[in-house]
Amino acid sequence: MSCCGTPFTFDESDEVSRLVSGKLAAFLRTLRDNAFAVGLHEGQDAAALMAAGYAERPGLLRSAFKHLFSARKSDWEKFDGLFDAFWLGRRVRSRSMTMGSAKVANSPSLKNLHNNKPERTGESAMDQIASGDDAPEDRAGEGRMEGASRADNISEVDFRKIADPAQIEEAHAAASRLAKTMRTRLTRRDLARRHGYRLDLRRTIHSNISHGGVPIDLKKRQRKEKPLRLVMLLDASGSMSMYTGVFLRFIHGVLDEFREAEAFLFHTRLAHVSDAMKEKDAARALDRLSMMAQGVGGGTRIGECLQTFNRWHAARVIHSRTCVMIVSDGYETGDAELLGREMAALGRRCRRIVWLNPMMAWEGYAPEAAGIKAALPHVDLYAPANTLKSLTALEPYLAKL
Amino acid sequence: MHMDRDEIAGRLAASGYIADGELATAISLMQLLRRPLLLEGEAGVGKTEVAKALASVHATELIRLQCYEGLDQSAALYEWNYQRQLLAIQAHRGENADAIEDQIFSEKYLLERPLLAAIRRDQPPVLLIDEIDRADDEFEAFLLELLSDFQVSIPELGTISAKSIPHVVLTSNGTRELSDALRRRCLYHYVDYPDVDREARIIMARITGAGASLSLQIARMVGNIRKEELRKVPGVAETLDWAAALVGLDIRDLHDDPEAVHETLMCLLKTHEDKSRVTREVTERLLGKVA
Repeated sequence: MSCCGTPFTFDESDEVSRLVSGKLAAFLRTLRDNAFAVGLHEGQDAAALMAAGYAERPGLLRSAFKHLFSARKSDWEKFDGLFDAFWLGRRVRSRSMTMGSAKVANSPSLKNLHNNKPERTGESAMDQIASGDDAPEDRAGEGRMEGASRADNISEVDFRKIADPAQIEEAHAAASRLAKTMRTRLTRRDLARRHGYRLDLRRTIHSNISHGGVPIDLKKRQRKEKPLRLVMLLDASGSMSMYTGVFLRFIHGVLDEFREAEAFLFHTRLAHVSDAMKEKDAARALDRLSMMAQGVGGGTRIGECLQTFNRWHAARVIHSRTCVMIVSDGYETGDAELLGREMAALGRRCRRIVWLNPMMAWEGYAPEAAGIKAALPHVDLYAPANTLKSLTALEPYLAKL
Repeated sequence: MHMDRDEIAGRLAASGYIADGELATAISLMQLLRRPLLLEGEAGVGKTEVAKALASVHATELIRLQCYEGLDQSAALYEWNYQRQLLAIQAHRGENADAIEDQIFSEKYLLERPLLAAIRRDQPPVLLIDEIDRADDEFEAFLLELLSDFQVSIPELGTISAKSIPHVVLTSNGTRELSDALRRRCLYHYVDYPDVDREARIIMARITGAGASLSLQIARMVGNIRKEELRKVPGVAETLDWAAALVGLDIRDLHDDPEAVHETLMCLLKTHEDKSRVTREVTERLLGKVA
């Protein structure tokens, strides 16, 4: 693997253990490049494991490391491949490989390594922009630092909306205004219930000892109000390409400001992008995003994507105070009936469904497409979203939820 | 007392838990590294059973904390016995208020809740924190602190340190994303649906009267059903229910009575949509695939 840049700090140990610990450090770096959350502590534990005799049995060591380093199901699933590739020299599924190298290329601390392997970085860049519809995600980063290098690959796509820095600013401002409205509203609710509705016996007794235990001065407590959670599903298909960029910026702003927000991208497949969008470093975020948006092309299968969402994500991301916001033009190339069914299932789960349709404000537009027709009966608010103004107009509605 | 992997696997089997190979590794690591074990997986794959089996491996007590929304310290950690406190205040009426306070905030009036109980045992127990994803973020943060220090401070009483460090197992159904900090502190094990062979062995171990051939048939059938497009995929618990139902109806072979098989599928299919999707024809088709 290419990332053995970690300095050795084991001067006193003998040659063999130096090699092993160096190799272990390199392995940890590989894991980090593949988005594993691995800290110093895990490194120490790994060394302890190897010392405890696990190193002699590779199969066992893999299983042990897998438990130690994985933190979620996605880690769990890709670990074996990474381990085999690193320690046993087998080829790993190309996807994880690409992900690792792409990030190495962007990580500032590894700039020097970058030069050593230009051909691989080039390859991965090719992978990501192979299909034209990937463009919106890449392009959205243009206002930021390193993403600009990809711009020439997609120059034929027209993105007036996002290229104007003033509008980018406004999108961010709209998102943070949205968040602020919500914050004041929640505070007001708390004040209204200042007296609480449940006795806090512990504090009541404590403060009434001097009254001989007669509870005169009652202490109360109240339940914490759950903040509204916003789940955004963004259509990133070809027909939406004019708007994807703006909405990506908007989502980025929302995820910044809200503690409770989740974002998904869909086209023919559904991708969970919250983690990628929360990435501080914009270039890395967009890198991860374009990875997830792979396989774009053709139409939009909203129904299927919603089905995936309902089955795999809904239980986790939707609670009783959740508003689902779907941004799409409703041009369904899949089964419109399925879309209707899944919308009904989604409607049962969440509090409100808002459907934002950028085309709605177009002159002469009527919701004629089969997809949008099937979905509309289950939508609570159907609004245009072609301008930032119309986005801002959503604030009062969300605040009422 | 450190057991190696094979010994643990043996003891798990002896306690009636049919584990997949990697779980034994996870348990031996728990001991070696003194880290909690985080189990994730679909509902009904036997996450809670792991903790029970672990308790029997170590021949120790199982203390269970069921998490829910709004779970707070007083339900998880400790609570004062208010009734007794009130009585005591009445009984000592007229005495010095400070003295009364000292008395009613003493150990005698303290009610242990699972977390406090777990760190006050002489023998390290197994502490099962079930469905941690249902608890609030704040509780998760509090738990994180407890799991790193294993000591608890009670304002009226002072700090209580652990007498023994419990074996901690956390389970999550994924209704909420857990914090990275908690994930990092734990060892991770993903519990998947068992393969046909293992599921058959589980049925045989748990359901008396289920023969080898019937168990294998049931496991295959359930495996096929899981591959259908269902809203709620049946877990191991449902399989066991179904096996018990079939054994109770005295069915020796699934092909003998397809009618009964179809009717008892209610043990596996828990939503109206799934029920109407698996029609008689579908049942017969799936049965056809079961040798």
